[in-house]
Amino acid sequence: MKVHVKVNGISYEREVEPRALLAYFLREDCGLTGTHVGCDTSSCGCCVVVMDGERAVKSCSMFAVQADGHEILTVEGLADGGRLHALQQGFWDQHGLQCGYCTPGMLLTSYALLRHNATPSEADIREGLAGNLCRCTGYQNIVKAVQQAAGALRESVGAS
Amino acid sequence: MSIQAKPLHSVGVPMKRKEDPRFIQGKGHYVDDLSFPGMLYLSLVRSTYPHAEIRSIDITEALKVPGVKAVITGKDLEAAGLGWLPTFHGFDKQMVLAIGKVLFQYQEVAAVFAETRAAAVDGAEAVQVDYAPLPVVADPFTSKADKVLLRPDRESKTNRIFHWEVGDKDGAARALASSARRIKQRVWFQRCHPAPLEPCGCVAYFDTMGRLQFHVTSQAPHVYRTALALVTGIAEDKIHVISPDLGGGFGNKVPVYPGYVCAIVGALKIGRPVKWIETRTENLTSTGFARDYHMDVEIGATADGRVTALRVATTADHGAFDAAADPSRYPAGIFGIVTGSYDFPVAYAEVDAFFTNKAPGGIAYRCSFRVTEASYAIERGMDILADELGIDAAELRRKNFIRKDQFPYPSALGFTYDSGDYHKTLDVALERIGYDALLKEQAEKRARGELMGIGLSTFTEVVGAGPSKHFDILGIRMFDSAEIRIHPTGAGIVRTGTKSQGQGHETTWAQIVAEELGLDAGAIMVEEGDTDTAPYGLGTYASRSTPVAGAAITMAARRIREKARKIAAHLLEAGEADVEWTDYRFQVKGVPARSVTMKEVAFAAYTNMAQNEPGLEATYYYDPPNMTYPNGAYVAVVDVDRETGEVKVRRFVAVDDCGTVINPMIVEGQIHGGLTEGFAMAFIQEIQYDAEGNNLSTNFTDYLVPTSLETPHWETAGTVTPSPHHPMGAKGVGESPNVGSPAAFVNAVVDALSPLGVRHIDMPMTRDKVWRAIRDAESTKG
Repeated sequence: MKVHVKVNGISYEREVEPRALLAYFLREDCGLTGTHVGCDTSSCGCCVVVMDGERAVKSCSMFAVQADGHEILTVEGLADGGRLHALQQGFWDQHGLQCGYCTPGMLLTSYALLRHNATPSEADIREGLAGNLCRCTGYQNIVKAVQQAAGALRESVGAS
Repeated sequence: MSIQAKPLHSVGVPMKRKEDPRFIQGKGHYVDDLSFPGMLYLSLVRSTYPHAEIRSIDITEALKVPGVKAVITGKDLEAAGLGWLPTFHGFDKQMVLAIGKVLFQYQEVAAVFAETRAAAVDGAEAVQVDYAPLPVVADPFTSKADKVLLRPDRESKTNRIFHWEVGDKDGAARALASSARRIKQRVWFQRCHPAPLEPCGCVAYFDTMGRLQFHVTSQAPHVYRTALALVTGIAEDKIHVISPDLGGGFGNKVPVYPGYVCAIVGALKIGRPVKWIETRTENLTSTGFARDYHMDVEIGATADGRVTALRVATTADHGAFDAAADPSRYPAGIFGIVTGSYDFPVAYAEVDAFFTNKAPGGIAYRCSFRVTEASYAIERGMDILADELGIDAAELRRKNFIRKDQFPYPSALGFTYDSGDYHKTLDVALERIGYDALLKEQAEKRARGELMGIGLSTFTEVVGAGPSKHFDILGIRMFDSAEIRIHPTGAGIVRTGTKSQGQGHETTWAQIVAEELGLDAGAIMVEEGDTDTAPYGLGTYASRSTPVAGAAITMAARRIREKARKIAAHLLEAGEADVEWTDYRFQVKGVPARSVTMKEVAFAAYTNMAQNEPGLEATYYYDPPNMTYPNGAYVAVVDVDRETGEVKVRRFVAVDDCGTVINPMIVEGQIHGGLTEGFAMAFIQEIQYDAEGNNLSTNFTDYLVPTSLETPHWETAGTVTPSPHHPMGAKGVGESPNVGSPAAFVNAVVDALSPLGVRHIDMPMTRDKVWRAIRDAESTKG
């Protein structure tokens, strides 16, 4: 089947099997390997991407054909040219990652979280990230990273 | 000659990680990200039975599946002499693909190679295997009876893999018999799985020179190269192992797995690159599990609480093959650390390991070879003893700690502890948590019938294997190595035989080089995991990177400094003996104005070296004279809901002493992560099998891993007692929190339930298990 998906602002038109998952479409058909796969049961969240600007979706639980005509944001599309997104900066500054495997999913889930709640409490962040597993950090620094990013984003909105 | 305005301290600085920019931008380089022209995918057919005879394997339909290129079975491999794989332990072997029989559910039975990932899975589904079920042995106690012999292929016709013992058996028995007070408790450290978020996998191909290019999720790439050479007969120079970015390892990526061998065989047979990436289910059901130790702990004491003897008898479940990745002289790993932080005059430990129809393993999951099991046993035992004697758990520990002035301390089971100040570490922890106030609060709550618990764990770890005279893997001694090259501009590269899986080596190693040479850590690149370029090393596990490779880096840097001194002497027009390294630069003794930086020396090493040998590089192979002994004092505070059995971890304070801290930010991150895994084992993580040998924990909906919601908030602090024999005084930290914390949680929950008469609960302390413990205790009390 033919699908047309806009990923990080670029249009991809590809022929896919109907059963092809969005995660593998992104990784293998678009060559965007930043989106990871860590389980078979949509439990780990390594594969989370953002659809249509605000919905965090697990790309292992969607068929590529379901993304036809939609816009997808992956980790590769977060930075603005050479400038890191506030979330990327937050994860770096706060040591919010170790092995890096869950990081893209954490970033994209947090991105959607902050779209819906610009001033999340620690409890909001912990609840918002409950669908993303991390085996390295114990989450504490991830929470701090999202808090830093939320602050930075509020400031940049205030400044503009 | 310039004078540096500020000293270039690198060690002790919370430098942001150099590896992070690629990870936060989706530019990590994991094995499944690789793709090569013509690459095939491998999918494995796995056994549905825990124990069965294979009557036949029919691959006809599989070969008809569009895209399927080839199918291989155990018989094909056996014909090629590749039917079995030696385990790292060195005393057993494992079937690559089942030959004649399957010995555990999900065992590898056939390998299907196809053009796409999906076609390979379709092909695997189409392979027809006819099984005749055999009687199943699902636990080590049944195995012990030898009624069903699981491994007739072995010389010794018994299910017992080994009996191992250490210490003074008779002395411990006598001391226990004559002790005024005595406790005995069986504790089970349940079967767990490290479950790194990136599963295991590889890509194998033979290049135009006929050389095997093997990209693989390996914590020990050099060991893989040597093992592959020994197993396949391919000359070692024709094997190139590359371990790219690893999405966690925690011990799971130490062994060599059947999928790797099949990928290499497929690449050779078909002449195309082959990729094998296991699914989460395959990861949890077939690759290295951890623990599964049933431990009978006995402690004797005087009436006033001085310990007199320790005896621990363990029954271990190793699964279908003995694939524990322990050093060959240590079949039960370093379990001898079971005397912990206490001054036992006499001790004895024994471990009996058995085959069962379960997945093979017994690997060191964020742990230095069975140290987690040992620490849990002693820390539970000390709490039970405190309860028995009616002495406060902290007081009992203080009374029995090895004192600061006893180091180096020879333990009753043969270790020489390097350093520590256990009393101080405990004091810091108790002060941080506000112990006295908590005891008061607890007394008030108990009077009201509320369940609140305080749990301590004051553990000692033993990490950093070698020394080579004691430790090896497959006969290869456990040293480690570093090679440093300083470029003309003062930038450089360091390569080691270790392999980061998230520990931040790219930053920590650069900081060590920077500290030793007075260079900018930002300009020191770190490369690991490529056997063509890295010096030979044994890899990263058992918290050995900083104790061994970190020491090798330090020593290599000091070699460079010695050579640099000669060039500095030339630049300073002074005699070499008159040049000293001070404040991160060379200066003429007593004349600070006449000095030269390492950066200037580096340039001169390539442009103006006079009679000295050009270049500025060094290699060092470090063989540690002793292990290092990180330690800590942990306190957990829990509230238990009497009606539902729900446990809330209200607070957790971890005070770690890992010697010299190189990057405090990274060390704190390691502690957070280790505590979270300790929490997981204490409360939710377990690989469960039913009585018929069916694996019930085959994915993340059944094998529970903590999320951000239930993970407690961690409070960390540290004391610093440098290791006297490590060149930087560092001890290693990655595993301490995972080793030390499970006992703190269990001790806290049991403390909460102790007014009801509960004396022990096995992990994982799930809600229903705690609820049952409360209900049973209350009904007994009537």
